[in-house]
Amino acid sequence: MLVHSRGARWAVWAVFAVLFLPLFALPLLVVLGASSATHWSGVLPSGPTVANFRSATRGDALQALTTSLVTAVTASLLALAVGTWAALAAAGLKKRYRRIVDALFVLPVAVPSVVVGLSLLVAFSKPPMLLNGTRWIVILAHTVLVTAFAHQSVSAAITRLDPAYEQAAASLGARPAYVLWRVRLPLLLPSLTAAAGLCFALSMGELSATMMLYPPDWTPLPVLIYSATDRGALFAGSALAVVLMAATLIVLFAVSRVRNRASYR
Amino acid sequence: MSSGISSGIRFDSVSVAYDGNVVLDSLDLTVGPGEVMALLGPSGSGKTTALRAVAGFVRPVSGRVFLGDRDVTDLPPHRRGIGMVVQQYALFPHLRVADNVAFGLRARRTPKAEVRERVAEALEMTGMAAYARRHPRELSGGQQQRVAIARALAIRPEVLLLDEPLSALDAQLRSGMLAELGRLHRELPDVSILYVTHDQVEALTLADRIAVMDRARLRACGTPTELYRAPADEFTASFVGGANLLPVTVGAGGVDFAGVAVKVDTGGVAAGARATLCVRPHLVGLGEGPNRLVGTVTDVQWRGATHRLCVEVGGEVVMADLRELRDPPGFGDSVSLHFAAEDAVLLPVGVGRG
Repeated sequence: MLVHSRGARWAVWAVFAVLFLPLFALPLLVVLGASSATHWSGVLPSGPTVANFRSATRGDALQALTTSLVTAVTASLLALAVGTWAALAAAGLKKRYRRIVDALFVLPVAVPSVVVGLSLLVAFSKPPMLLNGTRWIVILAHTVLVTAFAHQSVSAAITRLDPAYEQAAASLGARPAYVLWRVRLPLLLPSLTAAAGLCFALSMGELSATMMLYPPDWTPLPVLIYSATDRGALFAGSALAVVLMAATLIVLFAVSRVRNRASYR
Repeated sequence: MSSGISSGIRFDSVSVAYDGNVVLDSLDLTVGPGEVMALLGPSGSGKTTALRAVAGFVRPVSGRVFLGDRDVTDLPPHRRGIGMVVQQYALFPHLRVADNVAFGLRARRTPKAEVRERVAEALEMTGMAAYARRHPRELSGGQQQRVAIARALAIRPEVLLLDEPLSALDAQLRSGMLAELGRLHRELPDVSILYVTHDQVEALTLADRIAVMDRARLRACGTPTELYRAPADEFTASFVGGANLLPVTVGAGGVDFAGVAVKVDTGGVAAGARATLCVRPHLVGLGEGPNRLVGTVTDVQWRGATHRLCVEVGGEVVMADLRELRDPPGFGDSVSLHFAAEDAVLLPVGVGRG
């Protein structure tokens, strides 16, 4: 413990409570409260019900949840593959070229996601690359947006990787591809799963670029939440938000289980 | 790997430079088949660079590296067929001991039955057979190093590169592993070993020949006895075994040290020349005797089995390692030291200081 005196420790906890509760915990609690209510006119929500959840887990809502899950999983896997590939390739380059690659991959994060959405819309609206109106443009947008994070966390892990392992493997007669599959990637596995979790969570919550691109038959859950609250259906929207939150947390929990088993040190 | 006719390592004026900084300066050295060659030197002397040039992790700017009669200078590391063991073991943390040892064999697509057989053999040889199912993190440092050696031996290399393999172990374990390495070499008499170390005891114990390196250059190369008994220059004398290096003037049939006539074999050095007299501290005795030097004690260090006396004689400090003294002299006492003429070696001055 950094703070030793009892009084100071209480003060630290008090500051934490004042900052954390209103900023982070309270909004989530409000959503949680609203999701199972029919009215909220007093201090607390009233008219408890499960009807909101019932409608949030069937029909269009269920469709949207699967859409979100499929989009997020596909986008994260694609981003992980591309980001890892680029990070591994960049690791073999000279420092100057590595910086250029790093800068290129940060670009989608530096640019507002609305701009990314718009640029994809413009780029893929004409044959032969006509993706507009299909689910693929949504998946592509999510991939572009989250690849930056995959690339960044994997390339950070690669620089921390002790070259002694690769060299030991090479001296034992392993070709570079064999070293990659049997030594480097297994050693990077904890970072890869962490990156996958991050990408998944970001993709599940993506709204601004999705709004510009989604076709009617591929509506992710955040869009549904937005339109519900937009037309004033706050309680139904809250229930959808809780479903989105729960689904994301469950997947992240599963990923972290995989990661714990993959960390060897 | 498969050539099998003549192994051994040959450096043919190999130079390595990083960004114009020469870290290995035209090294010429041959390690015979089955020979243990120690590369001995302080850090930054280029010894590890020489080893990495054999392994293929650094590319020489000039010169060639041969394994047997194969020129491997342009071959990537995985096609050289060498075994390597490094200071930090570099065992693959995600693989069990047996899979670590099998790694090189599987990378070469060795048939399964043979992999099993050779892994068992390598683990047996290093005394690690009981630990095959463990992960590296469950082993002690010494055990990890044994596994690393087993892993390198499993591919039956003709050349084994050992890069400070014992430096990460504590002193007691180190002397045990040193004996173990000696035994392994007797069991594998055809394997040439290049052993990089900064520890002269390891080099003297294990090596058939020692190559002394300093500041990117090879200083001396010879059998441990040659280098120890008759070092060619001051650096070798002080690095292999520790030495008193005393400035002297050569006379007829002896030398003059701080006004005292000392009888030694002057060899071919001309009378009147300046030279350095090399005397090992443990060959210096206390009390009356031949070649007597009188001086004042400046330091007494008790090292358990021995006492080290530092005695100032005519402005120079002479060190003497003596069997534990019952009644050691005190600081500032006047004492006599002596040494036998045949225990001193005369070195031409300036050699090895470049």
